[in-house]
Amino acid sequence: MVAFILSRVLQAFIVMLGVAMIAFSLFNYVGDPISNLVGIQTSAEKREQLRESLGLNDPAPVQFARFISRTVQFEFGISYQQKRSVSSIIAERMPATLELSFVSALLALFIGIPMGVYTALNRNSWLSHAMLSLSLVGVSLPTFLIGIMLIFVFAVQLHALPSFGRGQVVDLGFWTTGFLTASGLKALIMPSITLALFQMTLIMRLVRSEMLEVLRTDYIKFARARGLTRRTVNFGYALMNTLVPVITITGLQLGSIIAFAIITETVFQWPGMGLMFIQAIAEVDIPVMSTYLMLIACFFVIINLIVDLLYYFVDPRLRVDRGW
Amino acid sequence: MHTRTKLLGVLALAAGLSVAAPLQAKTFKFAFQGDVASMDPYALAENFSSSFHHNIHEPLVRYDSKLQIQPALAVSWSIVNPTTWRFKLREGVKFHNGNAFTADDVVFSFKRGKSEGADMGSFVNGIVEAKKVDDLTVDIVTTAPNPILLNTIAPFYMMDKEWAEKNGAEKPVNLAKKVENFATLNANGTGPFKLVSREPGVKTVLSVNNDWWDKANQKFNVTEVVMTPIGSDATRTAALLSGELDLIFPAPVQDVERINSSGVAKALQGPELRTIFLGMDQSRDELLYSSVKGKNPLKDVRVRQAFYQAIDEGAIIKKVMRGAATPAALLLAPGLGGFNAALNKRLPYDPAKAKELLAAAGYPDGFEIQMDCPNDRYVNDEQICQVVVAMLAQVGVKVNLLAQTKSKFFDKLKVHDVSFYLLGWIPDDQDAGSVIAHLMVPQADGGLPWNGGDYGNAKVTELSKMITSEIDQAKRQGMIDEAFSMVQKDVGYIPLHQQALSWAVKNGVTVAQRADNALHYWYINIE
Repeated sequence: MVAFILSRVLQAFIVMLGVAMIAFSLFNYVGDPISNLVGIQTSAEKREQLRESLGLNDPAPVQFARFISRTVQFEFGISYQQKRSVSSIIAERMPATLELSFVSALLALFIGIPMGVYTALNRNSWLSHAMLSLSLVGVSLPTFLIGIMLIFVFAVQLHALPSFGRGQVVDLGFWTTGFLTASGLKALIMPSITLALFQMTLIMRLVRSEMLEVLRTDYIKFARARGLTRRTVNFGYALMNTLVPVITITGLQLGSIIAFAIITETVFQWPGMGLMFIQAIAEVDIPVMSTYLMLIACFFVIINLIVDLLYYFVDPRLRVDRGW
Repeated sequence: MHTRTKLLGVLALAAGLSVAAPLQAKTFKFAFQGDVASMDPYALAENFSSSFHHNIHEPLVRYDSKLQIQPALAVSWSIVNPTTWRFKLREGVKFHNGNAFTADDVVFSFKRGKSEGADMGSFVNGIVEAKKVDDLTVDIVTTAPNPILLNTIAPFYMMDKEWAEKNGAEKPVNLAKKVENFATLNANGTGPFKLVSREPGVKTVLSVNNDWWDKANQKFNVTEVVMTPIGSDATRTAALLSGELDLIFPAPVQDVERINSSGVAKALQGPELRTIFLGMDQSRDELLYSSVKGKNPLKDVRVRQAFYQAIDEGAIIKKVMRGAATPAALLLAPGLGGFNAALNKRLPYDPAKAKELLAAAGYPDGFEIQMDCPNDRYVNDEQICQVVVAMLAQVGVKVNLLAQTKSKFFDKLKVHDVSFYLLGWIPDDQDAGSVIAHLMVPQADGGLPWNGGDYGNAKVTELSKMITSEIDQAKRQGMIDEAFSMVQKDVGYIPLHQQALSWAVKNGVTVAQRADNALHYWYINIE
């Protein structure tokens, strides 16, 4: 057990190091940060001086080593653009992204699963067909288009929802939340639907196909033959058995919801980490970019680790194979 | 039913109250495509930041809405000797925290503006120091006679010495030292608006300063300003059309028609002071990016003129800029110091002549060249370049376009790693002198990296030096005209146009659109 966890942690560590290396090498190709640090009429000597003082003239391995040693100490430096410490910028932006991702994940689950169940049980009803066609839209339309369409209909035409931002937020000291005000909740509706749509359709299709599979199995037929109620059969046996892969996929998708939030955040000017990252790219704000990439990689690694460990507890065969 | 009546009652009461209230809050909400980098006015010399800070902090002299110099924190000035100007400061001016504005603050501000970490280079470089004469008099000493000192210091704002010292903000953030600074998130100026709250990248709120020294001449009724950055063009337009914003800046060119026909808002367009132009490598013996080997075709004035006359600027303005641009023949916009309308005449569009010129220069079949172009810096920059490529193809010159993000583009430009490129320029000090110094002096003669094609003409270089320190305005104008005429004769650059300022405002909101794209809240009225 301990060896298993240790090997996973070691793997996670290697992945993080790889991400750090990729992130770091990317920055050699994004352009000169000095251009965005000073005005256009600043002299060449002043620029060179700044470049030297930021250590941008050192050889790449030296810069990389410095980057790693600082990261390990949780010291992420000062944003070139905002001139504030990167950790405080991220701490400020993280609640917005996590709240949005959380609501989107809930939406995807609580709309996606019932829709999947319904379409599996009523394969030929017109509503199932409608849902399936709609889900095609969700999979095929790019996120930004969906976002802009929603804005056009609900903000510009109907004046029902705000087109951008987080609305009024309540500051709890360590966390800013939009859950506690009416305008905050209203502002959440369109971005969370936009972000959830893809995952929702994915979950719906997954549940539907798993469910169809399970419904064909002998034990379901047997349960029906025993005269159990439809409800018990469908939800007690069929759905429960489909949920295992769904949970796995959802867990993995949570990471990508957080990462995919970039596009949704840009469209809705949602002040989260994704928007911060986009702004950082435009201004070649290397400390912010590298910290964001490391953080997202860290999220993915942790989620993967948890999923791996869950397998271990859920699937008894894993344990038997290892001889424990 | 009962609750509904109660609710109606409350609403009626609220409506009654707001009518009865003597001073109604007028909130002006607007979105810019980016955010101000810092609340520290010395952190970055950039147009939008500078115009934002002006609402909170003030300079000794300022521009009015017609870009004429007028007194601000200084009431009068005189020239003591060619390198010393004496400024009499305004009496009774208070910072937002109540501190009095005195000569000490001026001395401190110039010191701070010159310190490490400040990006006020071009505004303070030529200034040795500010010296206190008495509490309300300062002398500004310059390194050399400076005919446009007032323009130079107009974007340089005064900070409170006591406040900065108390909060450890004597110097702007120095990135190398990795420490934050109080002034990054806080501000204390003398201006018409005070900073209320600041969330970088999210929202910045300002409220009116009721103790402003210029209260008597107040021309605005806005009491609160909320600034939000919205990067996505579509979202910015949508937020204006849905009524959530009073102004967007800039209004995307492609949305202007939609905004005007919406009935809720209208676009405001006027010529901007930035000139968009094409530059050409005129110094290397062989172009870095061309099919011609062993020589540089762009060194031949006939080839440069052929490029010029092969480009149909009228079509660019009509098709690419959708009318939102003014054709330019100088690298200086109307309204800037030193502009002479008599010189602002473009060579006509004449592809036949262009072909002739190319043939005469020895390129009857044209040649191949690469063009470098930013794709996120100016209005429709990449599209302009695409059209130029198509137009040059008409006369046989095959242009390979390399459109790239601004940071990559500027990297290449600064080291002159370009053969043919597009750039835009707006002089910080609103004056022709700096345009000549930045763009028309070759590096060998002490020129700056922004002259990407290393254009040079000994006479222009000489004139440039004289213009910098000539105090007699008429003589100076003569030199500027002469320099610009020479550049035109040399076809040193191909000026294209001044892109239009493009803002859009909600109906019922009036603003003053200044030609330097500055949005000042003390000209805003809301019905």
